[in-house]
Amino acid sequence: MALPKYTEMRYRVWHYSYLVICTAVFVFLIAPLFVIIPLSFNAEQYIHFSDGMLALQPEAFSLRWYEDMIYGTKNPWGIAARNSVYYAFFSTIGATVLGTVAALGLSSRYMPYKQLIMSVLISPMIIPLIISGSAIFFSLAKLGLAATFPGIVIAHIILGTPFVVITVTATLSGFDDSITRAASSLGSTPTNTFFKITLPLITPGIISGALFAFVTSFDEIVVILFVAGGDRNLTTIPLQMWTGLREQLSPTIMAVATCLIVLSTLILIVTELLRRRSERIRGISAQ
Amino acid sequence: MTAEIRTSDGELLSVKLKKVERRRRTTAFLLAAPLLFFIVFAYVIPIFQMLGRSIDNAEMNSFLTETHEVMQTWDGSEMPGEDVTSTFYYELKTAVENKYHGKIATRLNYEKGGFTSLIKKTSRKLKNFDENANFLDQFIDVHKKWGDIEYWLALKRGTDAYHFRKYLTTFDYEQKFDGSIERIPEKLRINVTLWLRTIFVAVGVTFCCFILAYPISHLLSVLPTRYSNLLMICVLLPFWTSLLVRTSSWMVLLQKQGVLNDTLVSLGFVADESRLELMYNMTGTFIAMTQILLPFMVLPLYSVMKTISPSLMRAATSMGATPFHAFRKIYFPLTYAGISAGSILVFVLAIGYYITPALVGGAKGILISNRIAYHMQQSLDWSLATAMATVLLIAVLVVYWLYNKIVGIDNMRLG
Repeated sequence: MALPKYTEMRYRVWHYSYLVICTAVFVFLIAPLFVIIPLSFNAEQYIHFSDGMLALQPEAFSLRWYEDMIYGTKNPWGIAARNSVYYAFFSTIGATVLGTVAALGLSSRYMPYKQLIMSVLISPMIIPLIISGSAIFFSLAKLGLAATFPGIVIAHIILGTPFVVITVTATLSGFDDSITRAASSLGSTPTNTFFKITLPLITPGIISGALFAFVTSFDEIVVILFVAGGDRNLTTIPLQMWTGLREQLSPTIMAVATCLIVLSTLILIVTELLRRRSERIRGISAQ
Repeated sequence: MTAEIRTSDGELLSVKLKKVERRRRTTAFLLAAPLLFFIVFAYVIPIFQMLGRSIDNAEMNSFLTETHEVMQTWDGSEMPGEDVTSTFYYELKTAVENKYHGKIATRLNYEKGGFTSLIKKTSRKLKNFDENANFLDQFIDVHKKWGDIEYWLALKRGTDAYHFRKYLTTFDYEQKFDGSIERIPEKLRINVTLWLRTIFVAVGVTFCCFILAYPISHLLSVLPTRYSNLLMICVLLPFWTSLLVRTSSWMVLLQKQGVLNDTLVSLGFVADESRLELMYNMTGTFIAMTQILLPFMVLPLYSVMKTISPSLMRAATSMGATPFHAFRKIYFPLTYAGISAGSILVFVLAIGYYITPALVGGAKGILISNRIAYHMQQSLDWSLATAMATVLLIAVLVVYWLYNKIVGIDNMRLG
C-alpha cells in the first residue's frame, strides 16, 4: 500500500486519513470484546478498571469470578452450559441432515419452483425473531411441547436450517458435474457416487453450515425466551446472561463472556481452516 | 421426412428424454420435500395462525353467542331492551358456572376500561338476581356502570367474531362507539413514536454501517491476502461472538460509571459530575447496534470488491481522470450489488432487533419488537401484539422481496 513517489500532497493526506479511518473502524469492531477479558480477572466486584489493574499489580487480578461461575450456587451456569450444548448438538444434527438433503435437491437443474421454495426455506432467517418466537411458541403449546426439551430442539432446528441450506447450496454451485458423470460412466452406482465423490467434496460446506447451525442454537435467546417459559431446568447460557444482565452487570457474567469469546475464537479458526481446505480442493490456490 | 430416433430399447428418444427429466424433477423435489414440509408445518402455518389472532375474536363470540345475535337488532341509540339484558344474564350465568367469566372480563376490558371489575362484581351478585323482574334495573343496581350505554355498546362490539380494531391501535387510532375513527389522546400515543423510531434506527444504523464498512472492505480487498486475512479477524471474531457478549461489552463501555466515561474523566475531557449519558437512550441503542451489525455489511461488500480488477481504476487514471473522479464513475458503481445486499441484510436485521435495545436502550431506546414482546408476555393483549407483528412482518417481507429482486436469494453468501 506504499504510495508512489510522485503522489501529490493532497492525495497523500487523503491516503493517510483513509488509513486512520480504517484503523478506527477496526478498533471500533474489535475493542469492545477485549474490554471484557481483563475485567473478568478483576479482584473487586465492580466492573471497572481499578487503579491496581491499571498499574498491573498482581493482587488486583484474581480468578474468583471463574470460581464463582463454576462453583457458585446462585447461578446455575453448569445446567445452562449442559443444556446449551445439548440443544445445540441435537438441533445441529437435525438442521444439518434436513438442510443438506434439501440443498442437494435445490441445486439440481431440474428443481421445480426453485425460487419460491428457496424463499420459504430461508424465511426463518429473515423474519424477525420476535415473530418466529411467538409463532413457534403458540404451535408448540398446542402440541404440548412448549417448555420441553424436544420443543426447544425443534425450534432451534427451524432457525438453523436456513444457514445450512445457504452454505451447502453455495458449495454445490461451484460443483463440477462432470466429476459425477465420469464416476457413473465408469460404472459407479448413484449411491456410491454420492458417498465416494459428492459428499467428500461438499463436506467443508456441510461442516461450515453445521457450525452456523450450532452457533445459531448456542447463541439463541429470543425464541427460547418464549419457548422455555421460565423453567430453570431448561435454561441456557444466553438465557442466564439475559437474566443476569437485566438485574445487574456482575463480574461473573464477564467471566462467562470471556469463555464465550474463547469459544468463538475456536470457531473462527475452524472456519478459516475449512475455507482454506475447500479452496485447495477446488484448485484455487490458498496463500 | 426425418427418421424417428429411438433408444436401444426401442422407445422414442423424445419420449424417453421427457421421462428422464420428469424423474429428475421428482428426485430433486423429493430431496427438498422433508425440509419444505417441516418448515411449512412447523413454521409458516404457525405464523399465519398466530397472525390470525390479530382479527380473531371467535372465542369471545362463542362465550356470548346469543347475546351477540340478539344485539344485532339493537341499534344502540338508547339503552338495550329486556331481550338483550335477559340473554346476557343467562349467558353470563353459564359463564360463571363454567368459570370462564374471567376471560370475558379481560377481553371486554380491551374494549372499554373498567369492564374487569364490572364483570367480576356482577358475576358475584348474579345469584341474587330475580329472574322475573326487570334485568336492566337489576344490572344497574349491582353496578351503576351498567346504566352507561357505552358499556352495552362495548359488549356488542366485543362479541363480534372478528374485528380489525387492533390495527387502528397499532397506529394510535381508535374507533369510537358511533363508528368514527379518531386518534387516541396525545398522552397515550406510543406506537407511532415507536414505529418512527424503529424506522429511524434501522435506516440510521444501515447508513452508519455503510459509511463505516465501505473503507474497511476496500482496504481488505486491496491488501495482500496475508495482511487481509489477519485484519479479517477483526470482522469475523465479532461476527461469531455471542450477541449477549457483545451487548454486555457495550453495557460495560457505555455505563455512567463505565469504561468510556472513566477514560474521558481521567483524560479531563469531561468533568466527573457531568458524565455522558450514553446508555438507556437512543445513543446507546444506535452505537451498539451499529457495531453488532457491521460485519453483515462488510462481508457482502468485501466479496463484491474482491472481484473488481485494480486495472480498471488504473486505466481510468491513466486516461486523465482524477482519483476521485475515477472512484465516483468507475469503482463506486461496480460496488452497487454489494451495497444493496449489505444494506438490505442490515436493515432487515435492525428493524426486528429486540435484545440489544431492551438491555442498552432503556425506556427511551426501545423499538417496536420490544413493544410486541411486552404485549405478548406482560399485558397479554395478544390481538394487539399480533396486529403489530403483522405490520412488522409485511414491512420485512417487502424488503425481502426487494432483496430477491435486486440480489437474488441464490446469491446469498455467509462468512
